[in-house]
Amino acid sequence: MDIIIASFLEDSIVPKFNYWIYVILMMIGLYAMITKNNLIKKLIGMAIFQTAIILLYVSVGVKADANIPIISHHGEKDHVEHAQNENLDSASEASSHHGSKKEHHVIDKNKFANPLPHVLMLTAIVVGVSTLGLALAISQKVHGSFGTLEEDEILDQLRPGGYD
Amino acid sequence: MIWQFDIIILIFLVVTAVIALRVKDLLGASMVFGIYSFLICLLWAEMGAVDVAFTEAAVGAGVSTVIMIATVFSTTRRSKD
Repeated sequence: MDIIIASFLEDSIVPKFNYWIYVILMMIGLYAMITKNNLIKKLIGMAIFQTAIILLYVSVGVKADANIPIISHHGEKDHVEHAQNENLDSASEASSHHGSKKEHHVIDKNKFANPLPHVLMLTAIVVGVSTLGLALAISQKVHGSFGTLEEDEILDQLRPGGYD
Repeated sequence: MIWQFDIIILIFLVVTAVIALRVKDLLGASMVFGIYSFLICLLWAEMGAVDVAFTEAAVGAGVSTVIMIATVFSTTRRSKD
């Protein structure tokens, strides 16, 4: 039994820990949206749900031993260094070599995290914040007309006498 | 990606999410939700998504916490659950 638990821990939990936390956060958000009685608490649950989905997509783009997806200008810097070396050797040759000598650099895609899910999730964050702002504005209006943010008290005022 | 850092932040994320939903005071819940947003921003900087981390720190943690606190101040701090 111990071996089964240990192998499950080693194969499923530790390498995929991001995905486990993603599922847990998503279920926390769903639970809050369904069972919480306060409107602000429901909105916090909705925001947690959104960030959980973004966590899934950003986790897809992660590679082992990868860096941030920014390519530095190493090609240009090498070029300048070459030109300076040639300046030291002979100033007249450097000007003629300057434009013609262009080094070809190969970019290894395994060294960078995949930037496509990041760009998609950038849009999702902005949409999530605007949804949250609209929902908070609507709850302010609800508080203005009902005097409360609790869902059951609002339903009581809407239908006095019962829910059915 | 540093996996020790990753696991610590992920565990703190779950803890702050649960605390933000358990706290009875709505202002406290908004503050803990701001902590949650900054933690997830840290997680994205660590996972290599620096542009997402920028946006989350500015828009997600900054603006949404501010509008949530403004809503709590203009309505009520009381919550039953």
